[in-house]
Formats: sequence, structure tokens, C-alpha cells
Amino acid sequence: MNKTVNQKAWFLILPVLVLVAFSAVIPIMTVVNYSVQDTFGNNQFFWAGLEWFETMLHSERMWDALGRQLMFSAIILLIQVPLGVFVALNMPKSGFWSSFCLVMMSLPLLIPWNVVGTIWQIFGRVDIGLLGYTLDAMGIEYNYTQSPLAAWITIIVMDVWHWTSLVALLAFAGLKSIPDAYYQAAKIDQASRWAIFRYIELPKMMGVLMIAILLRFMDSFMIYTEPFVVTGGGPGNSTTLLSIDLVKMALGQFDLGPAAAFSLMYYLVILLISWVFYTVMTNMDKKEGK
Amino acid sequence: MSDATASAPTASLSVSKPKRRFPIKGSVIVMTLYLVFLLLPIYWLLNMSLKTNTEILSEFTLFPNNLTFANYITILTDPTWYTGYINSMIYVVLNTTISLTVALPAAYAFSRYRFMGDNQLFFWLLTNRMAPPAVFALPFFQLYSSVGLFDTHIAVALAHCLFNVPLAVWILEGFMRGVPKEIDETAYIDGYSFGRFFVKIFMPLISSGIGVAAFFCFMFSWVELLLSRTLTSVDAKPIAAIMTRTQGAAGVDWGVLAAAGILTVLPGALVIYFVRNYIAKGFALGRV
Repeated sequence: MNKTVNQKAWFLILPVLVLVAFSAVIPIMTVVNYSVQDTFGNNQFFWAGLEWFETMLHSERMWDALGRQLMFSAIILLIQVPLGVFVALNMPKSGFWSSFCLVMMSLPLLIPWNVVGTIWQIFGRVDIGLLGYTLDAMGIEYNYTQSPLAAWITIIVMDVWHWTSLVALLAFAGLKSIPDAYYQAAKIDQASRWAIFRYIELPKMMGVLMIAILLRFMDSFMIYTEPFVVTGGGPGNSTTLLSIDLVKMALGQFDLGPAAAFSLMYYLVILLISWVFYTVMTNMDKKEGK
Repeated sequence: MSDATASAPTASLSVSKPKRRFPIKGSVIVMTLYLVFLLLPIYWLLNMSLKTNTEILSEFTLFPNNLTFANYITILTDPTWYTGYINSMIYVVLNTTISLTVALPAAYAFSRYRFMGDNQLFFWLLTNRMAPPAVFALPFFQLYSSVGLFDTHIAVALAHCLFNVPLAVWILEGFMRGVPKEIDETAYIDGYSFGRFFVKIFMPLISSGIGVAAFFCFMFSWVELLLSRTLTSVDAKPIAAIMTRTQGAAGVDWGVLAAAGILTVLPGALVIYFVRNYIAKGFALGRV
């Protein structure tokens, strides 16, 4: 759509601008403020310059948390994206069962995050949870409060359970937009199932899939509530992801300076990814416009 | 992935019905397995919520032996529990109303006009949707404490605007760009003022978009825990925070906890049917 130039449109934006400025800009400025100051308590602050940033950049604790975070996000993407696409390919295309699948698959997406944590906390318990009990009965040692490996498996399976449907729903939306003519042409050409996927479905899904990948990366990168409820960051620090570590630092120990510096660096990473996301989105819009 | 699709028999192409491209059996099995995987943990929660604590802890049963609704009754009669639901509902509804009210005109401006800094502004909104709540927890706490809003519903509602307003703007813009511009122009020629045109003609046209945006604002505010927990202590404590506190106590009342969980799933489950075709669009910020 060709838009007309109208500077008065700013008045329509104004309420949003004021509101988001209040709830985003002021807090961020507070964070910036803390990140360059030090305190001895009593609300006495003095200038610390970039000291906190240097401290944090050399802090093993942050690098460890970042490492765990990247590993978590990578595993999540590696499982959820292929699985989501696979599920989407197998979904009924129309009719009652299609709606049924859509509704059932959306259920985990609508559960409050702490309840997701609670569900898996219970589900994985050896004494009262179905999963834990079954594994225990099969003679597999599984205790997510003591073994880091079990804790990791639990939070990963939990996230797969929670969010794979999102990838599947997006991929399904992409699949549905492919005109039937493409499949008919493929059939005439005697294309194999793999060829249909590789040359018709995958390219047509690519745009939506990019959105799905970015959304999943973003959301897994700032995940807090679910692992916090299940493992509380433990055993030890083994599941302390970035957000959990940050909240521990800021609200638990009240280390304002380091926490603020940490926050800003965290925020910059998010900004960068948002920019990639935005570019993908606008490119898609342009393609559609043609 | 590649293995799975490659192993699907290619013979399915020759099935007589042209629309069925997959062997029915294979896909039914896959979907059944996947849905069982999704529903099993939820079933387990439901199962536990209908048991007594002694049954939960003493024996392991797939179905409740002595079906009891005592856990639900506890929640619905004990003020420390049910006020949590009321508090959550209040700030979620407040937030949805605020978000939609400010997002509607803004989304219209983004979808119709070009103005100074529009792209930058649109991008900046997106970054707020993506911002990690953990970064904002502490500054929000201080900001709302200093203006005397700590532990009020409006504080949580405003805090959730951080990600819900951008979300609503993006979703609504996605729907609005689908409405041809000629409609606006015709209305203006017919003598409609902007306000009347927007409310009488334009909003009914994008009613499904408004519904979807409202649903997503509602949902994201409903599922969020970190900010709502940080900004409340007693008077506005949401159900989610009450649940985590119970877990900290020495003897966990599993049955009640499970029942509380089931009750938080209900609002989403009740409305999901109506938005089923827009879920992907909503999550993709109106861009699918």
C-alpha cells in the first residue's frame, strides 16, 4: 500500500509514545544511571565510570551464565524447529480435526509460565509425578533436583512441550498459504515427497519459519519463570540461565552496579536480534507487496 | 527431520484423492503421539487436583480413586487464594483496555501514513516487545515505589504495557494494512470526521483484529510472573505469585497447588476456540 506523507499522524502515535516512554525509557535510564555509579549504601552514589562493565566482562559468573544460556537456546532451536515443521507437515489440512489439533496444540501456549514450571515440577518428581515415577520404575536414575543432567533434560523437555506448538502453528500457517496448483504441478512431474518438501514447501515456509526461529530464540534467551520454578537455577548453578542470574544479582543481592551493567549488555544483545527480526519482517512485507 | 520426511513413502502421491498428499496412517500416528505428549502433563495436573493429599503421597494411581473437589473448594472459599485470581483479572483487564486504547490510533497511523521517524519508531516498539523482563524488574520496582504505585493493580497493568502495547500495535497494524485505503477516502468524501469514521466504519472492519490483539494482550499479561510478582506484595498479589509462595512452604499442599494450576489454565482454554485460526498470526505479530 502506498502511504501518504502526513506529519500529523504523530498525534495518533503520541499516547503510545508517552506510555511506552514511561514504562521503557525511564527504567532503562535508571539502569544506565546505576551502571556508572557505585554506592556504599545509604543512597550515596559516586561516579564509577565503566568500571562495572569491565568487572562484568571479566566476570566468570556472567560468562558461565551466558554459555549455559546459549547452549540452552541452541538445543531448544535444534529440537523445536525440525520437530515443529515435522508436526506441521502431519497436521490435517482442514475440517474438524484441523481445528481440534489447533486448539489442543495451543493449550500449552496459554498456560501461565509458572504453572508450566509447576506442571513439570510435579510431572518429573519420582514420588508423585508420572514421568519421574515411570522412569524410576524402569530403573533409570532420574532426579532433577540432584543431577545437573536430569535438570537440563527436564527444562529442555519442558520448553519443547511448551513452545514447539508455536513453531508448528507458524509453519502450518505457511504451508496453508501454498496454492494447490504447486502440488498438482509436482504430481505431474512425479516429484518425490522429499522433493516437494525441499523445493516447494520449505522455500514457501522460509519467511514464516524465520519469524518462528527468531521468536523462539528471543523468548528462550530471556526465559526466567519456567526453569526458576522447576530447578531454581540448581542443582548448584547448573541451570542458572542469564535472566535467573540477573534477577538473583539485582533483586536478591542488590548488587545494583554490576546488575545494571549486566542488564545493559543483555539488552544490547536483544536489540541486535530485534534488528535482524525487523529486517526479516520488512523484507517479507516488501516481497508480498510485489 | 530429513530422515522423517524422506522415509514417508512417496507412493502417497498416487493416492486417488488429489488433496491427500500424505499417507493418512503415518500422519495420524504422528499427531496422536504429539498430542498425547502435550496433554499428558496437563492430564496429570488435573488428575492430582482431583485427589486428596494422602492419596497423592501414599499411592501412585493413574486415576483418582476417591474423586474429590475439596481442593477446588479450598481455593474458591479461601480469600488468600481467590483474591489472587481477582487481582490477576483486574490488572489483566486494565492492561488489555489501556493497550488497545492507545494502540488503535497508533496502528492506524503506522498502517496509513508516512511520517518523520515512522520506521525507527516501529522498530523501537518491537525492541520493547523483545525486552527481557528481568532487565526491567528492578527499575520498575523503584519507579513505581517512588510514585507511590507499588502494590497496586494499575502498576502491574502499566508495567505489562511495556510488551503489550508494542504487541497490540504490531498485530493491529498487520490487520489494518489488509483494509483498502479507498474505504477511508470514500468515508472522508462522504463527510465523516476522523473520529466517527474510525469508530463507526473502521473498527467494525477490523473487529477480528481487535479481538486477536485483545486476546494476546490478555494472555501475555496473564502468563507473566516476574514483573507482577516484583511489583506487588499484598493487596494486588497475583495468583501466579501466590502459587510460588506455596511451593516455598515446608509441606507443599500438592492437591491445592494442582487445582490452582488448572484454574489458571481455564481462561485461555475457554476462549482459544474462537481465535484458533489467528494464533499463528498473533504470535507472529500480525505478520503471517
